[in-house]
Amino acid sequence: MQRIGVFVCHCGSNIAATVDVKRVAEMALMEPGVVHAEDYQYMCSEAGQALIAKAIEEKQLTGLVICSCSPRMHEATFRKAAERAGLNPYMVEIANIREHCSWIHKDMEEATKKAVILMRAAVAKVNLNTPLQPGESLVTKRALVIGGGIAGIQTALDIADAGYEVDIVEKEPSIGGRMSQLDKTFPTLDCSACILTPKMVEAAAHEKINIYTYSEVEKVSGFVGDFTVDIRKKARSVDMDKCTGCGVCQEKCPSKKAPSEFNRGLNNRSAIYTPFAQAIPNVPVIDREHCIKFKTGKCGVCSKVCQAGAIDYDQKDEIVTEKYGAIVVATGFDIIKLDNYDEYAYSQSKDVITSLELERIMNAAGPTSGHLERLSDGKAPKEIVFIQCVGSRCSDDRGKSYCSKICCMYTAKHAMLIRDKYPDVNVTVFYIDVRTPGKNFDEFYRRAVEQYGVNYIKGQVGKVIPQPDGKLLVQGSDLLDNKQILKEADMVVLAAAIEPNPDVRKIATMLTASIDTNNFLTEAHAKLRPVESPTAGIFLSGVCQGPKDIPETVAQAGAAAVKAIGLLAKDKLMTNPCTAKPDETLCNGCSTCANVCPYGAITYEDKEIFDHGIRETRRVAQVNSALCQGCGACTVACPSGAMDLQGFSNRQIIAEVDAICR
Amino acid sequence: MQELINRAKELLADGTVARVLGWKAGDLPYNPEPAYFETEESLKDFVYNGFCGANLSKYMIEASKLEGKTMVCLKPCDTYSFNQLIKEHRVDRDKAYIVGVGCKGKLDIEKIKKQGIKGIQSIQGAEITDDAETLTIQTIYGEKTCAYKDGMLERCHVCKGKEHQIYDEIIGESKDTKDADRFDEVRRIEAMRPEEKFAFFQSELSKCIRCNACRNVCPACSCRKCVFDSNKFDSSQKANVDSFEEKMFHIIRAFHVAGRCTDCGECSRVCPQGIPLHLFNRKFIKDIDELYGEYQAGEDTDSKGPLTNFTFDDAEPSIVTERG
Amino acid sequence: MSIEAKEEFRPKIVAFCCNWCSYAGADLAGSSRLSYPADVKIIRVPCSCRVNPMFILRAFEKGADGVIMCGCHPGDCHYSTGNYYARRRMTLLFSMLDYIGVENGRTRVEWVSAAEGVKFSTTMNEFVEKIYSLGKNVRLEDIRCRN
Repeated sequence: MQRIGVFVCHCGSNIAATVDVKRVAEMALMEPGVVHAEDYQYMCSEAGQALIAKAIEEKQLTGLVICSCSPRMHEATFRKAAERAGLNPYMVEIANIREHCSWIHKDMEEATKKAVILMRAAVAKVNLNTPLQPGESLVTKRALVIGGGIAGIQTALDIADAGYEVDIVEKEPSIGGRMSQLDKTFPTLDCSACILTPKMVEAAAHEKINIYTYSEVEKVSGFVGDFTVDIRKKARSVDMDKCTGCGVCQEKCPSKKAPSEFNRGLNNRSAIYTPFAQAIPNVPVIDREHCIKFKTGKCGVCSKVCQAGAIDYDQKDEIVTEKYGAIVVATGFDIIKLDNYDEYAYSQSKDVITSLELERIMNAAGPTSGHLERLSDGKAPKEIVFIQCVGSRCSDDRGKSYCSKICCMYTAKHAMLIRDKYPDVNVTVFYIDVRTPGKNFDEFYRRAVEQYGVNYIKGQVGKVIPQPDGKLLVQGSDLLDNKQILKEADMVVLAAAIEPNPDVRKIATMLTASIDTNNFLTEAHAKLRPVESPTAGIFLSGVCQGPKDIPETVAQAGAAAVKAIGLLAKDKLMTNPCTAKPDETLCNGCSTCANVCPYGAITYEDKEIFDHGIRETRRVAQVNSALCQGCGACTVACPSGAMDLQGFSNRQIIAEVDAICR
Repeated sequence: MQELINRAKELLADGTVARVLGWKAGDLPYNPEPAYFETEESLKDFVYNGFCGANLSKYMIEASKLEGKTMVCLKPCDTYSFNQLIKEHRVDRDKAYIVGVGCKGKLDIEKIKKQGIKGIQSIQGAEITDDAETLTIQTIYGEKTCAYKDGMLERCHVCKGKEHQIYDEIIGESKDTKDADRFDEVRRIEAMRPEEKFAFFQSELSKCIRCNACRNVCPACSCRKCVFDSNKFDSSQKANVDSFEEKMFHIIRAFHVAGRCTDCGECSRVCPQGIPLHLFNRKFIKDIDELYGEYQAGEDTDSKGPLTNFTFDDAEPSIVTERG
Repeated sequence: MSIEAKEEFRPKIVAFCCNWCSYAGADLAGSSRLSYPADVKIIRVPCSCRVNPMFILRAFEKGADGVIMCGCHPGDCHYSTGNYYARRRMTLLFSMLDYIGVENGRTRVEWVSAAEGVKFSTTMNEFVEKIYSLGKNVRLEDIRCRN
């Protein structure tokens, strides 16, 4: 029989105002196994924890029930307190009488009754708890960063600077990500390349960093501290070691019709290419879809002109298998496809562009060498209209429900840069709200309006109609003046919503990291653990977790790095002991459990079993407790009930059911 | 039958098998029972006739642990169970020499008795080699006849087919006896109002005496220890108070074999109270077929069972309410 | 003259919530003060795939009037596939209960994410209302289990 102590927390008035805590404690004393019950103002406080420790010692308690807030909040706190007082931490159960009771019920009598029942269920469960011992597993002191944008680069640099090996996997031929495509950055207007390129170079040169470009994560197995990852190095068709990066192959390549991904398809590149001049590594890849040699077997110009003999048409994809202790996801974003926004004539007119395309147009290395011109006729625009929130803050399923966060600021930046360089160009911005929370952000926006005379109109644009003369007729409304606006523009720029990289869902599945309905990775706690995934050992860096600008991304990248370093600094990890455990005498060896295990944690072994006087060799299930995450799928699949989950055993859950239905 | 005995003798003699798993005559003309034969002489008691409904697959679980091979006689429908047991690693294929025996439908003595045929002394026409369409029954009240078809087990009217799914050799001809849809009865119940459904199952299940015959005969219920006998689940319960208490047992039993049940019909055949237990299993089979695609357990030895499998767009549980 | 001094019917409702999404959703309903009737009592399980049909039948046997299971939305399971198995298991179980004549609506599955406090509360309000309309569970209760 257990000796159980029940501790009822007032949580100030959060619980005590609606639940008669004294009565809950009194009722607890009538439950089987309960030898001690008391209430206190704040159980989680030092004084509260001291009460618990004292009772454990004086009453020789073997189990605790804390009636308090959600176990998601303080289970760990109370487990630690129990452990300090010499009790096995897994002998603690929480009755959630705050979130599930006092906060949702008003009637004291009713709430108290419910609190008593929740307490009884927890007592019934603790009666069946057994001390559990966490296992230990070793930590591989190496981190993987998925994504080589600014988030990934920063995370990798921070981890590497702390002295740990880091691999970056980037699916494009070069690291750099979205930031490398930007021209200037807000709110300081410094050039993006000028601040990013040194970081790229630093990462490439860092002795602790190894970069896999043109590579993708193929398979992930294992668990925190001990992940095994297969990385597919796509065939580059160019020998990384031999190539000198001279660029002659790209110059001579006769196939120059491939749309440049880096320039958002605004111009073309050769079939053998580096995405941009400052690419790292400065080694081209052959785009086999566009390469004449691969399409027809004839050509081979690049091979002929390559002095270094680096071209290798026979190169094949290569799978590299590496072990990691921590994985940081930094897969970033793209802008949404505008198929659902036909009214803005994006597909009909070359002069309706996205803001990211405008970045490329404004960039000296871009398709127009930095001249602001219409893509349809090369003329200088005189009238530019920006449309905000294209697909952001959308209430229907055409777009995204969230605010993309960066558009207000980059639009102010674009408007300002245009007005600065081309004072004769009129700039109009249609907006729903201008959101500028951030250091020096509002000042920046006000400068655009006050100093640069950008015309901000609160209202939405209903339609953009291409005119026969090449102009664009913008039909919008001005909500403040309550009037319809018709405006002729030479160029329309859409602030398209951002969305997580489409590959992230696949990656999240491999990592068993959770993802929300918008495909952003879920953090372990929205406020308190914003850079960790709920899956242990997986950390989140940058926009894959939610929309962010560059300073926020860099800050979060650093935070993710710190969390990863904290993990890598440990030699051993304690594993969650709430894992599945088979009763070998009941096991049929039928493999049903192994079929539903998502972690491959169940194997079978022929084992000598002594059961009811019979000694025989049987095929029985074995659980690798380091792999098992404790979901319990196997326990229900098992027809004989041989497989049980420690901490959530069949008898424990049934005891809770019984207590509730009593 | 003689061919079967001869072959059994050969296999025993040349040492291919150490024993034969078949049927021997019972104390009545219609109750042969499963038996092991280890010598040529003992085979004189071997019988195989229309009353040998027993599915011998499950016996192979124990036989797999014995020294040497066992020659096991399996009817076409029994082979599904055997495959399923291979899939679940419960039998050792290498320990079995499977003789696929011919089958032209098995008989249900209760059905014959229901036709008013009592005091049975002997029955002719039930031998497997006999192609007679009629059973001739000597009773203490004189000779009676009964059409073979009218004496057949319910399961044979919905026969899965005459093909053996797994065998080493086949002896004897089989016949597909299917003349009804196996889901007809399930559909009839589904169409009832909730009160009628409840009344129907209450009246059927209240007959249950919890003798566990259904569980013991079922090739899918092959657990070393059933959850209902295990203190691991706090679910052991034997007392008999209310008339409908056994519903939990039967629902759980059906659930535990869902996706694994081959619909061999043994549960209903052996129930001493005549409860149509197959109606539970068939309901699950019908739902699985309709919701997750047709699936016949035991058709192979390696496919994923419907309950250890999923698709991303499976029906939601609310479909139960929605389809009315 | 009526001698029915019947006690007002207060249903017993058991809610199984997975730790990662639905339990957190219930917590959010709590911290957002979104009320639902006190008849609902939540049992925390690691994943919806931990919910054994036996637990649900056990609840009914012991006199529960309704059982609801909540888990992460399909595709969002913390254990990646748990709720897919749970979905099949529950569909078949509910279908069986319907088949033996248990009133439709005493059982329910709802996918509630950690962010859906509102959905959790609305679902519970709806479910409790449904159970009130169905009244006491007599078809599945095992009278031997009565106190």
